[in-house]
Amino acid sequence: MNLTYLRYELVRSVRNKRAFIFSLIFPLVLFYAVAGANRHIQLEGIPFPTYYLAGMASFGTMVAMTSVGARIAAERQAGWNRQLRLTPLTTRAYLRAKVLTGYLTALITIILLFIAGATLGVHLTPTNVLHMTELVLIGLIPFAALGIWIGHLFTPDSIGPFIGGGISLLALLGGAYTPIATHGALHVIAQATPTYWLVQAGHTLAGQPSWSAKGWITVAAWAVGLSVLAARAFRRDTARV
Amino acid sequence: MTTAIDLRTNTAGIRLASLSKSYGSVRAVDGIDLVIAPGETVALLGPNGAGKSTTIDMILGLAKPDTGSVQVFGMTPAQAIAQGAIGAMLQTGQLLRDLTVRELIDMMASLYPNPMGVDEVLSVTGIEDIADRRTQKLSGGQTQRVRSAIALVSNPDLLILDEPTVAMDVEVRREFWTSMREFAARGKTVVFATHYLEEADAYADRIVLMARGRIVADGPATEIKATVGLRTIKATLPGVPISSLTALEGVQTAELRGEAVALHCKDSDAAIRALLRAFPAVSDIEIAGAGLEEAFLLLTGDEKSEELS
Repeated sequence: MNLTYLRYELVRSVRNKRAFIFSLIFPLVLFYAVAGANRHIQLEGIPFPTYYLAGMASFGTMVAMTSVGARIAAERQAGWNRQLRLTPLTTRAYLRAKVLTGYLTALITIILLFIAGATLGVHLTPTNVLHMTELVLIGLIPFAALGIWIGHLFTPDSIGPFIGGGISLLALLGGAYTPIATHGALHVIAQATPTYWLVQAGHTLAGQPSWSAKGWITVAAWAVGLSVLAARAFRRDTARV
Repeated sequence: MTTAIDLRTNTAGIRLASLSKSYGSVRAVDGIDLVIAPGETVALLGPNGAGKSTTIDMILGLAKPDTGSVQVFGMTPAQAIAQGAIGAMLQTGQLLRDLTVRELIDMMASLYPNPMGVDEVLSVTGIEDIADRRTQKLSGGQTQRVRSAIALVSNPDLLILDEPTVAMDVEVRREFWTSMREFAARGKTVVFATHYLEEADAYADRIVLMARGRIVADGPATEIKATVGLRTIKATLPGVPISSLTALEGVQTAELRGEAVALHCKDSDAAIRALLRAFPAVSDIEIAGAGLEEAFLLLTGDEKSEELS
């Protein structure tokens, strides 16, 4: 693992204003604005700040991971991946560094939200913090694959709306913004999204149970499906010389 | 890398054998054989579409040859690249955003086994003054120089430059070549593509002339310049045998069309003096430098019909 290379990738992602605002600032501000005003309300048996922390953590980390796609698309268009093919860096190592960068920015988002949560009285113990972080990192695997896939599929101009629209839709369906139906067709749809399980990971902070078998299977299915698509798009793109 | 110059063994810097590559029905490169010794500075000279970039892409492993083989220091391009033995400045390409010039070069240096120091690269390429500027805020000429720094950062034994000075103004161009010369003087092999005869003549030991995917001439820069650097004198001069025209000093070949004569000259200054001395009646004199395109047509005259079809 080339730490210098990884460090600069991380520096670049923090300096990229749009990604920085949407994955870090936006969830944080929304959390304070919405959860702060409703801090004494209970929702589905969960204190509202905890509920909302889970939603914002899912949103911010999804953006952090899919932004990897925006960066790949931009570098493809700039001819930068041709330049990298003239270096000993393998494409595998290139993608590994990209995904790791996505994960590191996602971690920063979670940590900032934990700190914000503590100031609003969210119940945080080392055990439940670690448990939630662990589940979120696993729940982000499908989004890492999604980032690589769309990075090889879209141009830098068209990928912004796709990420903005796609992530908002997933966040809405998965219940990251507002509580979703606890039964019926909408609930079935919600449970089929990978976002729902990211939100559920956050609810473990309030002592809710960990993922059910259904959760693990759903996340695994999305991870496998999107990885296949990502690998196909990647191979098609790099085969073209 | 070895510096022994022996063209018969694997110590050649670059060895291309029967190299061909087509894109659709276009034969971009059409059976090239070329050996470049370590330490040589070679210009690939030719008009647009001559196959220079395709040849370079195959040397770098960015394009796969249809037939033939490429060896760089006795290795495949991929092996040579994995060792950091090749540095290249491609014709197009932007820089990675959101880093300073120094950070970008440091990032690239981290990818290689034996890189040059970042400060050394900045100094060799003369970009210390913009080292702390973000890459997206550079001018076109500055961007080109940073790209040349990226090509040098691995401290490569072979440096490949594909029309490197296209986006540079005269001043930047001169500084660029000064730094490339300095680098070549360390015993490095340098290959650059250009369509400027002056550039090839000024900076290369050897010129490989390409047209329509083939090598049409290959030799010391002075020799190639004499071949393609012809000037043509056109004039009206009735009733003169062609033999007395070709006999004039400085004239290489002559054409007669009715009363119009065309003299292709190695030394047009000497030729015009000799012409005026021998035939004071000559009129309508025009002297024109043969462009590279024209020179190629002279060299590859037998292929003209192919181009028309």
